[in-house]
Amino acid sequence: MSSPAPDPSTADWPLFEVFIRSRSGLEHKHVGSVHAADARMAIEHARDVYTRRQEGVSIWVVRSADIVASDPGESEALFEPARDKVYRHPTFYAIPDEVKNL
Amino acid sequence: MYTQALDVHGREPVAAPAADAKAAAARFEARIDADEKIEPKDWMPDAYRQTLIRQISQHAHSEIVGMLPEGNWITRAPSLRRKAVLMAKVQDEGGHGMYLYSAAETLGISRAEMFEQLLSGAAKYSSIFNYPTLTWADVGAIGWLVDGAAIMNQIPICRCSYGPYARAMVRICKEESFHQRQGFEIMLTLAQGSEAQRAMAQDALNRWWWPSIMMFGPSDADSKHTAQSMRWKIKRFTNDELRQRFIDITVPQAQFLELTIPDPALRWDEATQHFVIGPIDWNEFHAVLKGNGPCNRERLEARREAYRAGAWVREAAAAHAARQAAREQAQARRQA
Amino acid sequence: MSTAAAAPARRDRALNEALFRYVLRLADTSLVLGQRLGEWIGHAPALEEDLGLANLALDLIGQARLLLTYAGEIEGQGRDEDALAFLRDAPEFLNLTLAEQPNGDFAHTIVRQWLIDAWQIEVYEGLAGSADTRLAAIAAKALKETRYHYRFSSGWLARLGDGTAESQARAQQAVDSLWRFTGELFTADEIDERMAAAGIAPQLAAAAERFARRVAEDLNQATLARPAHQPYPWHGKRGVHTEHLGHLLGEMQHLQRSYPGVRW
Repeated sequence: MSSPAPDPSTADWPLFEVFIRSRSGLEHKHVGSVHAADARMAIEHARDVYTRRQEGVSIWVVRSADIVASDPGESEALFEPARDKVYRHPTFYAIPDEVKNL
Repeated sequence: MYTQALDVHGREPVAAPAADAKAAAARFEARIDADEKIEPKDWMPDAYRQTLIRQISQHAHSEIVGMLPEGNWITRAPSLRRKAVLMAKVQDEGGHGMYLYSAAETLGISRAEMFEQLLSGAAKYSSIFNYPTLTWADVGAIGWLVDGAAIMNQIPICRCSYGPYARAMVRICKEESFHQRQGFEIMLTLAQGSEAQRAMAQDALNRWWWPSIMMFGPSDADSKHTAQSMRWKIKRFTNDELRQRFIDITVPQAQFLELTIPDPALRWDEATQHFVIGPIDWNEFHAVLKGNGPCNRERLEARREAYRAGAWVREAAAAHAARQAAREQAQARRQA
Repeated sequence: MSTAAAAPARRDRALNEALFRYVLRLADTSLVLGQRLGEWIGHAPALEEDLGLANLALDLIGQARLLLTYAGEIEGQGRDEDALAFLRDAPEFLNLTLAEQPNGDFAHTIVRQWLIDAWQIEVYEGLAGSADTRLAAIAAKALKETRYHYRFSSGWLARLGDGTAESQARAQQAVDSLWRFTGELFTADEIDERMAAAGIAPQLAAAAERFARRVAEDLNQATLARPAHQPYPWHGKRGVHTEHLGHLLGEMQHLQRSYPGVRW
């Protein structure tokens, strides 16, 4: 998938994964994702989207591109690299502009 | 809910090219049959992926567009409590849209792309939101009928085969029950109020009943892709099954409100123990689905305008973040 | 801090009347600002901001409800939160004139929000030690909300001011156009003085200084210029408003006025 310089008026803000600790004593749990321009905004968005009903005492946000996931360990791994990104999000793959037809 | 009606224009499944793909497909079907959850990195048939992208994004679009008919009454809510509750409900709907866009993004489509599809008119959303909210009672009717119908569809999807979608639906269902109760409470207050308030409630019911019935989509005989969606456990009950359940639950509620359902043919069938409704006007449904409903233009125009008018804001945030990041990097280099 | 009584039975009539008006000022500012933010829902620049602005609006309406209910009790004539919100006309509203200004573009809304957030921080912090325990409790809760609002609004002020050329131009325009309403924020009148003397509300002079420092710092961070002109002495606190309030109330109060005396 090619990534020409995105049109800033329609490009998404980067994607962040959100982890919430709902009560003291519990671990952070993955609850979903938010788009934000920066980490500070990501915390605010995560708070507004995922803790409206007091479901949080602590929020972690991590850029989705920074998450490294294990592969499912089956023969399907033949079709995908072993250390893959967590999503099949098209913009996670940075291909130089000069390369066509991707 | 917001997708039953729209499951009529699917893509053809891509032909599997090699023996490996065939084996993978067989393993996939076995996992589905065993009620295992499929997660983002798992192998899945392209048709499964595309069906889900379409269904989840349409569901998300419906939530987002759905903010508008009710949002229309926030500034005019007749008490502070009603205003606060309505704001919370509309905010929830925005949140639900976000959970769903989030889930769809795990399948390889970006939010920008989905939004573009919505704003260009290429994507569909539940046609119920193309009706206008003309009185305060409409806010009650939407909560009671539209959210009621939505809950009916959403609960089974909590068990759908795709993990992120199922989990998003669990969150949504937990939050949805207050929406319906809020709507019914408004209707009850109006039905037990003054003559003018009763008339307002009856008028809203007259206008929202049939569109709500049609939310469940075409009848099973006319619904082409139900079979495949059911095999893949994306859809758990048929359109007609859900519609009947909704009718059986809602008619007694209307009787309690002492409001009349606008269907002279409505009757209780002793033999089947179900309420039977009169004929549905599918012409109306298809017209609204095609884009010729009362508010189709306005809804999309509003979202388009907000997106367009907000472009400079989104760009500013991105520019600021880039500048901050550059500053931090420069600082780190200096300190190194 | 004097130990003037907080219980209504021991307040003299003049003090009671002043307290009623003082609480209305806080209540109406939150109500009118919450109403303005409600207009944004569904039309924000990004979905995330729809939720963010809705969150602010909800908090403000919540503050208004608590404060209006208390005001009605102070007045002692049986008016509840809705009677006060929906059945008073513009001259009886005591909100800051800044709060009723139209939303304009996002920059305008953010600048208006940021100024009122910075003001509310001073007011609610100052009320924490109020001799009026009811007001202190309301303020303590509101302060937590306001701190988040301020984080949101000042964050956006910086992004817009120090973003693109267009966003900076719009942000500066908003600051220039809303600055004239800031004079009212910390100009004490006889009600403010009476409240301070009774130990109910903070002295405004010290709060004004803190506000000025905070605002200057935020403008600096946002690479925006502080306008040179002097704010016009608006008197929203005294019921003298701009033309905008009438339209805002017309929309907000329409149903209650059209169907008097019914339950909603």
